[in-house]
Amino acid sequence: MAKEGIAGQIRSGATAAATHQRWWQRLVIALTLAPALGLIAVLFGTSVVYGVAQSLGYLPFLGQRTLTLSAYRNILGGGNVAHDFWISFGFSLWVCSAATLLAGAGALLVVMLFGDRLGGATRGLMILNINLSFPHLVWAIGLSLLLVQSGLLARVATALHLIGMPADFPVLVRDRYGIGIILDYITKETPFLVLILLSILRSQPHAFGVVAQNLGATRWQRLRYVTLPLVLPGLSAGALLVFAYVFGAYEVPAVLGVQFPRMLSVLALEFFANPDLHSRAEGMAISVIMALVVLVVALLGRILSNRSAS
Amino acid sequence: MRRFVWNIFLVLAGLLLFAPVVIFGLYGFSTRYFYPQLIPSYWSATAFLRQLTDVRTRQALILSLEIGTVVSCLSLLVGYPAARTLGMRPFRGKSVVYMLLFVPTVVPPVATGIGLNILFLRTGLAGTVLGVALVHLIPVLPYVVFTLSSVFARYDPHYEYQALVLGASRVQVFWTVTLPLIFPGIVVATLFAFLISWSQYLLTFLIGGGQVLTLPILLFSTVAGGNPQATAVLSLIFVTPVVVILIATSRYLATDRVHGESGITL
Repeated sequence: MAKEGIAGQIRSGATAAATHQRWWQRLVIALTLAPALGLIAVLFGTSVVYGVAQSLGYLPFLGQRTLTLSAYRNILGGGNVAHDFWISFGFSLWVCSAATLLAGAGALLVVMLFGDRLGGATRGLMILNINLSFPHLVWAIGLSLLLVQSGLLARVATALHLIGMPADFPVLVRDRYGIGIILDYITKETPFLVLILLSILRSQPHAFGVVAQNLGATRWQRLRYVTLPLVLPGLSAGALLVFAYVFGAYEVPAVLGVQFPRMLSVLALEFFANPDLHSRAEGMAISVIMALVVLVVALLGRILSNRSAS
Repeated sequence: MRRFVWNIFLVLAGLLLFAPVVIFGLYGFSTRYFYPQLIPSYWSATAFLRQLTDVRTRQALILSLEIGTVVSCLSLLVGYPAARTLGMRPFRGKSVVYMLLFVPTVVPPVATGIGLNILFLRTGLAGTVLGVALVHLIPVLPYVVFTLSSVFARYDPHYEYQALVLGASRVQVFWTVTLPLIFPGIVVATLFAFLISWSQYLLTFLIGGGQVLTLPILLFSTVAGGNPQATAVLSLIFVTPVVVILIATSRYLATDRVHGESGITL
């Protein structure tokens, strides 16, 4: 009896200690996460709430307190605003798709040709990292000085007697087709995707390629049936992230783009800065739509990359 | 043959990479550098020195340094405990926490900035350095948490237990065991947090409202002014810390950094 009692006491003491410890652990987890999550939740959360409220026409400083969908109706339906919106939407899609596809193809090409060397060369990795860390604003400015009709490239062309005067040089920046913007993102995002591909290849057992080679696979066959299937999920995930980023970014289209057509981010900001305060709601609605597109694409990319990682 | 192609590739990649810097150098250190001169006929550092001693440039430079330092230190302080928990403790809802931190880094700054504009105007934070520093936390803090949590995921806490068993205090353990072990991660996280803050244009513009003149704001208005020389000089000043930081951290940087760094390119 007595023995059982003691054992029982010890057991219940142990479970009490265990519960106490579990409770303590939870508290520690909550307390350590709270500052960071709290700050982000307050800053980002209020931004979302206020942004969505404004897009719904809740503009207390104008005396408007009723919620309406009219801003969205103006943007998506007929009329001048909708005309501007859909043109910008299409232009953004074009720029993002072109930049993402070309950067993805470029990264694939670089890795296929030089992957084995690049992965080991610290200098190569350093070059990629420097490019990655260059602020987009400065990169865009550099490209614009390089590519304008009287820019460095045009001067090289003149020196080589390819063109006679600046006007002979093709319009590559501040052009109607967004070529300057696309070129900027290709040169900036290809290295990013190359780094992703290299880290995927590094984490794979190296032997696959060797096994295939041993079995008599040609270079092309190894590429097609070994390397490509290995990197494709990771590459698509990275490409989706690039697409999402380019879709929402502002600096590059502001420096390298034209007034017409504008990318969505530029359009949203213009509406927002319009002295007519009513277009604020429309500007906000545009940025809400933009954020939704970006979120869906980025989350798709994240799911893909998590799947390819596990 | 393959070695030859590789060398050509390296040269091309290097050219592309350094083209902007070279261009800034050509425009920034010359006078009357017009088409069709390939190499400037008149070299001069006057423009560069003028810009460097210009009061507005100096103030912008100092302000950017201050904001970047405050933001990176604050996010390190706030992000460290969260990153340690995320990296080392299993708990339910971890993926939700990661998602909560991931979403603010991908939502376009246009949307975040416009959304916060009204609130900050109302609370008097708009147009202040504090307001700008706070809004920079949105991209910077998640970056720091992601980077450090991946450091802690590879971290072995047994070293700490050993020190504790041997009678070291918590503070001693932190300074003599934990910190040396995670030092490379801390350096990379802090310096790149600084770079993210340093490169912010739109959030600063939307919250600072033209009253907080950081270097990117000054650079952007100079671009609009259309003077290639001033633009080139300011760009050079703007990228110098970037290059310095990269060289300083080069030995800590590995390819796997890319996974935790949605903040810097994305």
